[in-house]
Amino acid sequence: MSEMYKVSANPHIRSKVTTSGIMMAVIIALLPATGFGIYNFGIRALWVILVTVASTVLTEFVYGFCRKKPTISDLSAVVTGLLLALNLPVGIPLWMAALGGVFAILVVKLLFGGLGQNFMNPALGARCFLLISFPAYMTDFACDAYSGATPLAVLKAGGEVNVHDMIMGNVAGTIGETSMIAIIIGACILILLGIIDLKVPGSYIVTFVIFIVLFGGNGLDPRYISAQLAGGGLMLGAFFMATDYVTRPVTPMGQIVFGVFLGIMTGVFRVFGPGAEGVSYAIIIGNLLVPLIEKVTKPAAFGVRRNKG
Amino acid sequence: MAKLTFVGGIHPYDGKDLSKDKPIADLLPKGELVYPLSQHIGAPATPVVAKGDRVLAGQKIAESSGFISAPVYASVSGTVKAIEDRRVVTGDMVKSIIIENDGIYEDVGFYPEMPLEKMEKEDIIHCIKEAGIVGMGGAGFPTYVKLSPKEPDRIEYVIANCAECEPYLTSDYRRMLEEPEKLISGLKIILRLFDKAQGILAVEDNKPDCIKLLKQLTANETRITVKALKTKYPQGAERQLIFATTGRKISSANLPADVGCIVNNVDTIVAVYRAVMEGKPLMERIITVTGDAVMNPRNFRVKIGTNYQELLEAAGGFKGTPEKIICGGPMMGFAMFDLNVPTTKISTALLAFTKDQVAEMEPSACINCGKCMEACPSRIMPGMLAEYAAHGMEEEFIKNYGMECVECGCCSFACPAKRHLTQQIKSMRKTLLAKRKK
Repeated sequence: MSEMYKVSANPHIRSKVTTSGIMMAVIIALLPATGFGIYNFGIRALWVILVTVASTVLTEFVYGFCRKKPTISDLSAVVTGLLLALNLPVGIPLWMAALGGVFAILVVKLLFGGLGQNFMNPALGARCFLLISFPAYMTDFACDAYSGATPLAVLKAGGEVNVHDMIMGNVAGTIGETSMIAIIIGACILILLGIIDLKVPGSYIVTFVIFIVLFGGNGLDPRYISAQLAGGGLMLGAFFMATDYVTRPVTPMGQIVFGVFLGIMTGVFRVFGPGAEGVSYAIIIGNLLVPLIEKVTKPAAFGVRRNKG
Repeated sequence: MAKLTFVGGIHPYDGKDLSKDKPIADLLPKGELVYPLSQHIGAPATPVVAKGDRVLAGQKIAESSGFISAPVYASVSGTVKAIEDRRVVTGDMVKSIIIENDGIYEDVGFYPEMPLEKMEKEDIIHCIKEAGIVGMGGAGFPTYVKLSPKEPDRIEYVIANCAECEPYLTSDYRRMLEEPEKLISGLKIILRLFDKAQGILAVEDNKPDCIKLLKQLTANETRITVKALKTKYPQGAERQLIFATTGRKISSANLPADVGCIVNNVDTIVAVYRAVMEGKPLMERIITVTGDAVMNPRNFRVKIGTNYQELLEAAGGFKGTPEKIICGGPMMGFAMFDLNVPTTKISTALLAFTKDQVAEMEPSACINCGKCMEACPSRIMPGMLAEYAAHGMEEEFIKNYGMECVECGCCSFACPAKRHLTQQIKSMRKTLLAKRKK
């Protein structure tokens, strides 16, 4: 044997799609909402974003450094940090934002085994952690631009809202959730790149609309429906967080079931709950059901009748 | 009309431009030829020559040793140098007959057993069996067994697999362009075995010239149609091909014949033509030699048993430093660590690449994206199955349809985390199949 060549099992070619490429695409798709948030809430929004992202990336780096398994190059920590920041009010103390970042990466993700092993969306887990720990700061949306109450809260209290402003995003809320337009532009990027499809967000939003038509108390009033769609975290949640690969079912049928469940839960929280919001809790509760949903929605193989049991 | 296709699959870079316009060239081997006794699925053949015997091209040197087996023929004239274990493509040592080529290429003289019109069905099958023909697309299953289903009258379609969906391969393409009439005649011979069957020439639509040519030549054939298939890997996989052309579905528990189908590869059908019409046993085949590390990518008509090294030299040798050599296509072929092994009845290609894409990328954590599921033509969950395989969870593996995997490689190709899914599933399947046999 004169020369030896490399051997490996088939296949010998690989697609160009990589984990970090997907994460980069998500970051790019979040930029319209991020940019609008900074424009809408001012330079402090940028500080919140930078601090949160720095804290998630640093947490990931230190943990990887200690375990001698560096993982920051997959960019998933950046995505988590950015998503968390977009879910925070602009007035939040910066140390709190940083704490949220550490919680998201360390507690929700790394302690459960790192990327791919977390049972709930890290950004949403951290948001709910902050909501429970510091409710006053997390629900205070007053800033230079807006006096306070979010349109959904106004709507729930029976007040009038400007639907046009809500769709554009010129309203109070968390940094990245206010502009339906900016979020949809980002979502289109992900759909066109084939990174997400409409199974989860589509079934989520459709179910939610049906729910509020039936139980919202305003019937088919288009203003009420559009305000519910554009308000709160629904769009950001449906397109960017419910679609998180790790924490949504992998089976096609399971994704529809998951979306329907989220739609119902969000409706229940918004209509019957004490607050005006419900997307974050709906999604993390949905995340917990994913193993069960996957188990009952496994597809049958090509040409095979479904196995029993 | 929607294009004929299947659900799942991938679209890799096809690399066919390198060799598709290179006409088939005859390659006459120089040195010794090695004929492994096991070039097919089934029992190894039994040698009928001894060391020192002079043999002629076309002479039987090993005979079939069971129901599922196939004889082996010398492809050159010369002297039997040895009968000993030799290394084959897979790296295994296999008992082989070694013939020192005398360079005269004297043959035994070929003539058909009898004219086709006088042949009964059994005569045709006997002829195919005696010619040592096996599935030349890569499976190596003895063709005569495939053509002898329990109820021949229930066969409704004889499908010629002209998909050639593996990237880089152009041997079937050249065969269709250069010898289409042999393919069509071969298909007609097979159709004689099945009175109720229609013949289908199933070609991927990245070969429009072949589709046009075959359509022209079959315009007056009432029993043959040409079907254009959407170009997608693995369109040439048997179950996917049957589904695309007939809409029928089979699993690993069925044979194509269970849904009235018989599938044969282009080269196999041409071999049937040669055996029946010309009396020639299977002793040569078309092999593509290509890749970015090959000086002059070409398609060769190769005497089976020729050394791969000679094949490469005939294509001008290496260009640059090769990092990976593959026997067969990039999706399902075998990586070779040494070129000093013989070509066999099932060798489709020799590929040489300057870069090994597999070694370039380290596997990382699964992010549950589901791209492996989307790509899987068997509609199973490769990511999950690979986990079961890694943990030796045999029961779960079987329950979740692990045995339906056709090892096409789509999941590994599609995986953004570059996990070796196919490899893990394949090794588990191998373990389980071995247990089943016990």
